[in-house]
Amino acid sequence: MTFDLSHFSAALLFAICASIVFGITQRNTPRDMVRYGAYCFSLFIAGVIVASWVMWLIKR
Amino acid sequence: MANAQNTTTLPAKGSAEASSMTYVAPLAGWLLPGLGHLIQRRYLRGVLLMLAVFVMFFAGLGMQGKVYSFNTGDLLDILGFVGDVGAGALYFIARAMDWGIGNIHRAVADYGTKYIVVAGLLNVIATVDAYHIAIGKKQ
Repeated sequence: MTFDLSHFSAALLFAICASIVFGITQRNTPRDMVRYGAYCFSLFIAGVIVASWVMWLIKR
Repeated sequence: MANAQNTTTLPAKGSAEASSMTYVAPLAGWLLPGLGHLIQRRYLRGVLLMLAVFVMFFAGLGMQGKVYSFNTGDLLDILGFVGDVGAGALYFIARAMDWGIGNIHRAVADYGTKYIVVAGLLNVIATVDAYHIAIGKKQ
């Protein structure tokens, strides 16, 4: 079985999985875990968007 | 004594079960992602960690990523093997089933290779967390 993902959807899936693990392992209370996981996820996505705009500018 | 602060991190009960858990939990967590948390009754955490690592690993295989075998060649290949083997049983099953041959003709296959390596690395982090729970450093 194979499947294709776009660049963004691959980054999105990566961000979801990594954020879950970071959230659970790097904080002590459930509330902090959720908050840190969401924080990591938003940083991942923001990083992807910024990097994509930088690459677009470099290409031009 | 001026400094009476107790810095030990072992659980207060200090039973044989607790001391054996310091070995069993990390080993179980490495072999099967999330199991180290599940056997310590952190069910939700264990299931979420298991899901995250399984999804990354099998998504990587689905993208035709490469599973590294043991090698002493290129440094990046050695590091790839170290990352992959962090996934524990998933790695050995993939090797036994000849999954993860890799496909250099597909750009997304390179993503898959990274997914598989990162799945192993995330499992190592989860394993360390299971150990911290076992020694009482974390709840």
